[in-house]
Amino acid sequence: MTFARLLRNAAVLACLLPLLAHAETTLRVGLAEDPDVLDPSLARSFVGRIVFAALCDKLVDIDEQLHIVPQLATSWEWSADGKTLTMKLRSGVVFHDGEKFDAAAVKYNIERHKTLPGSSRRGELAPVASVDAVDATTVRFNLSQPFSPLLAQLADRAGMMVSPKAAQAAGDQFGSKPVCSGPYKFVERIAQDRMVLERFPQYWNKDAARFDKVVYLPITDATVRLANLRSGQLDFIERVSPSDIKKIEAEKKFKVARITEIGYQGVTINIAKSDLAQKNPLGRDERVREAFELALDRQGLAQVVAEGEATPGNQWVSPSNFYYDQDIPIPKRDIAKARALLKEAGVVDPTFTLMAPTTSEGQKLAQVIQAMEREAGFDVKIQSTEFATSLTLANQGRFEAYVLGWSGRADPDGNLYSFYGCKQPLNDHGTCHPEVDKLLDQSRALRDPVERKKVYAQIAAIVLKERGIVYLYHRNWLWAYNPKLTGVRQLPDGLFRISGVSMAP
Amino acid sequence: MLAYLIKRLATIVPTLLFVSMLIFGLQQLLPGDPAQVLAGEDQDPTVIAYLHAKLHLDRPLPVRYAYWVGGVFTGDLGESVRSQQPVTRLVAEKLPVTFELACLAMTIALAIGIPAGIVSAVGRGSWWDYAANVFALWGLSTPNFWLGILMILLFSVELGWLPASGYVSPFVDLRANLAAMIMPAFVLGNAIAAVLMRHTRSAMLQVLSADYVRTARAKGLSEPVVVLKHGLRNALTPIITLGALEFGTLLSGAVLTEQVFTIPGFGKLIVDSVFNRDYSVVQGVVLVTATSYIVLNLLADLASFVVNPRLRR
Repeated sequence: MTFARLLRNAAVLACLLPLLAHAETTLRVGLAEDPDVLDPSLARSFVGRIVFAALCDKLVDIDEQLHIVPQLATSWEWSADGKTLTMKLRSGVVFHDGEKFDAAAVKYNIERHKTLPGSSRRGELAPVASVDAVDATTVRFNLSQPFSPLLAQLADRAGMMVSPKAAQAAGDQFGSKPVCSGPYKFVERIAQDRMVLERFPQYWNKDAARFDKVVYLPITDATVRLANLRSGQLDFIERVSPSDIKKIEAEKKFKVARITEIGYQGVTINIAKSDLAQKNPLGRDERVREAFELALDRQGLAQVVAEGEATPGNQWVSPSNFYYDQDIPIPKRDIAKARALLKEAGVVDPTFTLMAPTTSEGQKLAQVIQAMEREAGFDVKIQSTEFATSLTLANQGRFEAYVLGWSGRADPDGNLYSFYGCKQPLNDHGTCHPEVDKLLDQSRALRDPVERKKVYAQIAAIVLKERGIVYLYHRNWLWAYNPKLTGVRQLPDGLFRISGVSMAP
Repeated sequence: MLAYLIKRLATIVPTLLFVSMLIFGLQQLLPGDPAQVLAGEDQDPTVIAYLHAKLHLDRPLPVRYAYWVGGVFTGDLGESVRSQQPVTRLVAEKLPVTFELACLAMTIALAIGIPAGIVSAVGRGSWWDYAANVFALWGLSTPNFWLGILMILLFSVELGWLPASGYVSPFVDLRANLAAMIMPAFVLGNAIAAVLMRHTRSAMLQVLSADYVRTARAKGLSEPVVVLKHGLRNALTPIITLGALEFGTLLSGAVLTEQVFTIPGFGKLIVDSVFNRDYSVVQGVVLVTATSYIVLNLLADLASFVVNPRLRR
């Protein structure tokens, strides 16, 4: 190569460099489902929260250890009686439409969450009686009773802030063009096809938004989702099938993340939800339920059903969680004891119907439980039920036992209150103890985790012995992504946060 | 012809009315409370009550039907409760996608099925015939989703020639659109080609053994003229009917193929909506599909009119 040619090539390259540097960067994320409406007040799906993580900032967030960390609020303080929470807000924050974020906006948002018809946040914010905008950057939550899980609620959709001006203008159609203050702003959504967001240049934390565009593509089939990652159509996929993850790891072409969920898989037993409970030995007799639990090998379940991508557990939080009660360890499988208990209860050949979702995991779980229980003498009949139908049957108490998972909440209260409080919406086992109700309310009033843990231990002593829900294991959230992606944070709520993620050249 | 057309058009109205009742009624038979599904995992009772009122689930069945049909007459198919988008917009978004896919698939099916059928009928017993039959058997017995996944693995993952997903409107980028559509169109067209080939073959065999074909040959006409003009034209009637039916099926959404290739068409929309109990979407989409099915049938009959003069009498 002559010197002149070299020079010319260098000149061409020098001209191209700025172009290369400005090449548009797009992150393409494969979701397992199509989210529902993108309005933080109305949204009800898990998958929608993944999109919100890029779109809508919250007052606070959680970190890897489930601690509450600042986001739009920089600091906060509880009053001594636990009935007011005062938050200091970040200044200089604007919404995607250029409106200013301030205390008045927070007040508007909380009131919107509480009053918008059909709002799913109303229940989460029930103890919030009113909100005062003390000054532009100070906001005060006045509670009707002490409610320590409030911060965790504000770290989820209830803490998401939308532009008051845009929300007022759009009314209940806000979800079709959401305006928030997150690192990326809404561009378009084509149902069942894609959601497109673009970088918000005025975001308060400029370093957090590194892509020009983010595209979320709902692809329901796990095999197809993976094929799209492999062919380069996607950079990141969530909920990889456990049967694929080891292969992907072995190939070393993609990075893999596995995070123990804050939710759980379990079996709910009808104890007092309907008359059906008393007609069945499982619902009638505590000893039969203990025998049922003793026949289970949770390690085996996690191995076979979740292909090892799960942590066995026997409580509403996983064994690694601070609130896990070490005094109630996972019981070892004991067939002899299970048989002895059945004998003691005078039950011969107990039989019951286990309702299970039609998903492959639900079916597998039910079949393995059936096989394990047979060894203790139980005859388990599996009733495969489509999701919508199972919800109605569970709600009406038309079941004996059923397999149900819960996606989990950052605060243990979210895994507990609605399931064990008398007349609470998710109390499908139907048990009702005034002392449990009292303890649940007591735990909500306490802010010291150590004190709360003591109250939870008292609740555990009652409800885990009664076995309205038999907890089985906590699945891993499995992600696979382009190895060039850096800054992927593994938070236990299983929500992929694009904020801070970038693509190495 | 005109009288026939008017008669046929007149039957469309009662048919559609009956179809609308069927769609509405069958949906009510689905077990499970839609409000509970839509309320998400929290099952907040106030949300469920709100959704009941919003979906008119607290009203008697005939009243709900009247609400819906009343809306349909004014061009309002309701709103998706899950995504809050108007059903008319969803249909307008998905129909062109499904229509394009159906057209491409049909083109592939016709381009393969009819020539293969003719060749195997003309060369009956030859190895051409056996090859075409093997192809037909393969097309009929290969599940679409399996073939789809294999094609993705080969052309997208291994060779990297075609995208595994990512539908683009043809008005935005025709090349990218065709690249995304060719695999699903082939998967669908392949299965239909097999059916068409079988029918073309048997229709042609029947026609080619008819007296007038022998007469045509005796007159000294060339073989292509005998086969294509005297044979194929007479064999076309059942093929047109079949093609129209297959096309109608394609328009109702190729559920599995759309899932595999992530094509945002009717199939995906309707399946997701059934599982989410998004009633207004299911009703709207099925009504549009049923209407296009009826129209296609009418068109097929008219086409038979054109190719077969005997029917015009």
